[in-house]
Amino acid sequence: MDRTSRRRPRRYAAIAAATAAAALLAAGCSSSSGGKQAEEDSGTTSAGKASTPRMTVALVTHQAPGDTFWDIVRKGAQAAAAKDNIKLVYSSDPNAGNQANLVQNAIDQKVDGIAVTLAKPDAMKDVVAKAEKAGIPVVGLNSGLSDWKKLGMLEFFGQDETVAGEAFGKKLNEVGAKKAVCVIQEQGNVGLTQRCAGVKKTFDGTTETLYVNGTDMPSVKSTITAKLKQDSSIDYVVALGAPYALTAVQSVSDAGSKAKIATFDLNKDLTSAIKKGDIQFAVDQQPYLQGYLAVDSLWLYKNNGNYSGGGEQPVLTGPAFVDSSNVDTIAKFAAKGTR
Amino acid sequence: MTVTQATAPATSPSSPASPAAQRDGRTAQRSLGRRLLARPEVGALIAAVGVYVFFFAAAPAFREASALSTVLYQASVMGIMALPVALLMIGGEFDLSAGVAVTTSALTAAILSFQLSVNVWTGVVVALVVSLAVGAFNGWLLIKTGLPSFLVTLGSFLVLQGANLAVTKIFTSNVASDSISDMDGFDQAKTIFASEFSVGGVNVKITIIYWLVFAAAATWLLLRTKFGNWIFAVGGNKDSARAVGVPVNLTKIALFMGVGAGAWFVGMHLLFSFNTVQSGEGVGNEFLYIIAAVIGGCLLTGGYGSAIGPVIGAFIFGMVSQGIVYANWNPDWFKAFLGVMLLVAALVNLWVRRTATRR
Repeated sequence: MDRTSRRRPRRYAAIAAATAAAALLAAGCSSSSGGKQAEEDSGTTSAGKASTPRMTVALVTHQAPGDTFWDIVRKGAQAAAAKDNIKLVYSSDPNAGNQANLVQNAIDQKVDGIAVTLAKPDAMKDVVAKAEKAGIPVVGLNSGLSDWKKLGMLEFFGQDETVAGEAFGKKLNEVGAKKAVCVIQEQGNVGLTQRCAGVKKTFDGTTETLYVNGTDMPSVKSTITAKLKQDSSIDYVVALGAPYALTAVQSVSDAGSKAKIATFDLNKDLTSAIKKGDIQFAVDQQPYLQGYLAVDSLWLYKNNGNYSGGGEQPVLTGPAFVDSSNVDTIAKFAAKGTR
Repeated sequence: MTVTQATAPATSPSSPASPAAQRDGRTAQRSLGRRLLARPEVGALIAAVGVYVFFFAAAPAFREASALSTVLYQASVMGIMALPVALLMIGGEFDLSAGVAVTTSALTAAILSFQLSVNVWTGVVVALVVSLAVGAFNGWLLIKTGLPSFLVTLGSFLVLQGANLAVTKIFTSNVASDSISDMDGFDQAKTIFASEFSVGGVNVKITIIYWLVFAAAATWLLLRTKFGNWIFAVGGNKDSARAVGVPVNLTKIALFMGVGAGAWFVGMHLLFSFNTVQSGEGVGNEFLYIIAAVIGGCLLTGGYGSAIGPVIGAFIFGMVSQGIVYANWNPDWFKAFLGVMLLVAALVNLWVRRTATRR
């Protein structure tokens, strides 16, 4: 709180604080561990660049801003674009109507190919037809496994959230879980609901759902703790995103529960948690691969007429499980933010 | 319960000090009970007791001391921010950027420490400067432009939300800050901002202590200092306040900077208890802070309220959101339950105030 006695204090206070900060920096008050200096430059994936003519590809997803998962999809798409001499136009909107507008926008720009996610296929039907009419090849990725063919798309890369959830449920059976709680960080999100539904379908034990406020970590932590205390028979916490799994580790210890934790999706910190044994396993649908393959496929189609799956079968990018047996291999890619 | 203890100093000796209470002080002396009920936070306190008793009866798991500690933890993190937000509301303004400002502060400290590989305390200090600057900028813009604070801070809310994401991506090429848990000074800072201790076998998070200390400080500030009178004055009627010599601009800027300071504190707690910060966090929390203040008896129009009120408001919110989980109600209805419970709490509050001020 500010003092009442200060007359014209703001400027001086700011200067003083800035000087103090600068002094701290200048005094070489550096950290001897961690930080960027410690982060090894692991080298980026670099490859040659195709000599084919420059083309433009639009990638339109239903990403909400700041979502880790989609960030990796985008990185994969960018890697493919860089290799294939493609100009990548990325846009996203979680609202289906707005996403359809973004596809229309790409058609108006006369791009050479469109990659689109089908979180709400019905909303995208018309605009996909328009693109095809305009002679622009359209490929699907991520969600829409059951609808891409109906929409006349060229090919599809990904894995339904439901399929991932089902694989997760089977894995829970393998590890002998009895009662799981599925933690949804955004109530009403289609993909997250499908993941939990998939788990419920194949898991032989009981699955409960718990909603938490994903934008507020302290409340995520408290709510999971509360649930574990309310029901001490829960032996597995199923998180639907890496940050929430890491928070669940704290909740489990706060609640003094014996529950184990497994999660969908990966990130750097999660791989170290798997190494330490805090988290049992993660199921990864390889978002990087989805972005990469979708963009690369449009290049192949344009330059060599290839398409995967013959218009009949989708290309599945998962589920890939990460646990203590293979985490070392994957950790170094996760550290770069590409797994 | 801790809450009742904390209310005591606010109620008994000090009601004449607040201009809000002076308003009806001209009428004949009313009974002590009536005067107590007229305090802004008493309605909320009754609602809080009601909610507590309700969940105590409905949810067996809620009865344990450790459950209370979990509830208090969530309430404290929200409540620390609700305090400066309530003071600002008493001063007649809103800050919609309060939620994302917390994330901004945490990201600043994390990214700066990591990128420059310096002791995390450097990041902590710089984050404080940035947070205070954001607050001062909000206040300055409000005064210079004369626009409503709703609009000014809506702008800064969107700017900060975008900047959080974009700046994080520039530096980390991810959407979360890098973990700084292995850096120098981290353990020290964690002890201060995010430690916990055991009381009779129950883990108590340190934020709960800070929350109550800050609430006591804010109560003292409101009821016992000149600055406190200024806050009520500028919230009640800005022009009259200026006419009697209250430095309106200084008061408002200071209140916004107070929100900045709160955002910094909560941001540091987030950073040191979760090691990394997601750039998209905090969106929507600004409304929770305002809700806590309003349940606690602050008027949306300014000039009336207390610092104990938002403490109780945050406690009610924490109890309801965790109580629903402890009671194991169908989670699909979670938000609907939450809404009903909060409405009931707000109505009880309103009813108590009406009853108390009626003659």
